Amino acid sequence: MAPKDKIEPRSAGAVQPQTLRFSEPLAFRSGAVLDSYELVYETYGTLNAARSNAVLACHALNAAHHVAGYYADDPDNVGWWDNMIGPGKPVDTDKFFVIGVNNVGGCFGSTGPRSVNPKTAKPYGSSFPVVTVEDWVNAQARLADRLGIDSFAAVMGGSLGAMQALQWTISFPSRIRNAIVIAAAPKLSAQNIAFNEVARQAITTDPDFHGGNYYEHGVVPRRGLRLARMIGHITYLSDDVMMEKFGRALRTGAIGFHFDVDFEIESYLRYQGDKFSEYFDANTYLLITRALDYFDPAAAHGDRLSRALAAARARYLVVSFTSDWRFAPARSREIVKALLDNRLDVAYAEIDAPHGHDAFLLDDKRYHALVRAYFDNIHAAL
Amino acid sequence: MTGQEKGILSGRSDFQAIAAWVRPDATVLDLGCGDGLLLRFLKQTRNARGYGVDIADANVLACVKNGVNVIQSDLERGLAGFDAGSFDCVILSQTLQAVLHTEEIVLDMLRVGREAIVSFPNFGRWDLRLQVALGRMPMSPELPYQWYNTPNVHLFTIADFESFCADHGIRVLERVVLHRGRSVRAFANFFGSLAVYRVEKKR
Repeated sequence: MAPKDKIEPRSAGAVQPQTLRFSEPLAFRSGAVLDSYELVYETYGTLNAARSNAVLACHALNAAHHVAGYYADDPDNVGWWDNMIGPGKPVDTDKFFVIGVNNVGGCFGSTGPRSVNPKTAKPYGSSFPVVTVEDWVNAQARLADRLGIDSFAAVMGGSLGAMQALQWTISFPSRIRNAIVIAAAPKLSAQNIAFNEVARQAITTDPDFHGGNYYEHGVVPRRGLRLARMIGHITYLSDDVMMEKFGRALRTGAIGFHFDVDFEIESYLRYQGDKFSEYFDANTYLLITRALDYFDPAAAHGDRLSRALAAARARYLVVSFTSDWRFAPARSREIVKALLDNRLDVAYAEIDAPHGHDAFLLDDKRYHALVRAYFDNIHAAL
Repeated sequence: MTGQEKGILSGRSDFQAIAAWVRPDATVLDLGCGDGLLLRFLKQTRNARGYGVDIADANVLACVKNGVNVIQSDLERGLAGFDAGSFDCVILSQTLQAVLHTEEIVLDMLRVGREAIVSFPNFGRWDLRLQVALGRMPMSPELPYQWYNTPNVHLFTIADFESFCADHGIRVLERVVLHRGRSVRAFANFFGSLAVYRVEKKR
């Protein structure tokens, strides 16, 4: 039963997450090994007979495998990229078989710090391996193997999800035909890492953190998570859109000469932080911000991204947003330059949108028209 | 030639001349590429590996629809993102008259490309001269705008362009002048409506 106000008629509908168990060990870039693990995923649409129409949608920091549609028993829980993926949508699930997967280290069902380590019979907690984008891509490739997908028609994502799409073209050049790289950067800047570090410090200095093993203490470092989310949220929005949305509006109409909520923006950030701390795992937040920090495919190639992409064979759609100051258009242009150096096929669009980094999740007409046109061509070439 | 290719050619009479100068398998950068049809034509006829540059959202979308590579970027800010000598050929098709930084763009084209192809509407054609002589800003199939809504900010003649090349160390390798798709051989600056040049930097 769909909620009347939220679900568009062209939704992927009621969906159900599935779980696959993997018993072959997963070796991490750090050297750590996970003997076995589970991945939770969802699929939308139908895999065609040639198994050529599969699309992988990679999640960023806060999301997971629930990309499109809703849950029958929780109809308000709509997938994070539901405006992009579904029947008749830019990524049309009448044509494509789309997969969303919760990455290893996540907190939405795939094996992560909250899972029980079979060796100790306790949650992994701080002992969970530090995971990288390369590790995620390797795990995603195993999922593709199990689903009988040799090659993806496309791997797509925004922000950290886009980094996975880019990494796919490096790690598995023969298994990906198109990479949709939205609001991305080829590596984090010092400022990006600095924001992540503040978020991590907020979590690790929370007295309820207990060195990452808070599960055993029956507590959650909620204050730290709230702060981490508040900091992150500031970087997802542009100054302009924040000003337009909240301005200096006051909760009660007058300043209160206290340190409780005066301004609407404070109330909004607290609300976002509270909501987030209810469901997100602090250790996963640490892991994912670290995966962002460590992503730097050029590092192993003398800091030359062009060399890192030398083996890539995919075609690329790269999209940036003018008001995104977290991963500004110049960062996407670095990727485009490296693709050009390798004479790879690329379409690059710089969308003039006011919303900042979050624009990749929003329903911007020009952005969606581009993705739709690009996928129409992918479909025509199937 | 397919019907579609004919369709492409009927719209832009300089495409054929440009294609004749693009070597098979060449790497091509098309500045102000519009809907990308020239690039698609060069891919089909010369197996060119092409990239377009355009600033307009609608053109970037059209290029994606037409399946050609495109980079959304403002020509007026230069070609800083492109390495010297990184393309066999840089094309500016009927765009030079519409740019502000004329000198910078032409010189940057010849930095990025080993050679450049430039086409432009010839303001020196007799019927345009006549319209000016009669006191009005001219209009023609190549210049279909009124003075108040034209994107063309730098109108110039064949003679002007050749003098520009001479002054800027640019060697003209080949020239084709057209009127209604046919080659104009004599008194080109008087009878030609569209000029296409292949040029390189004097070294």
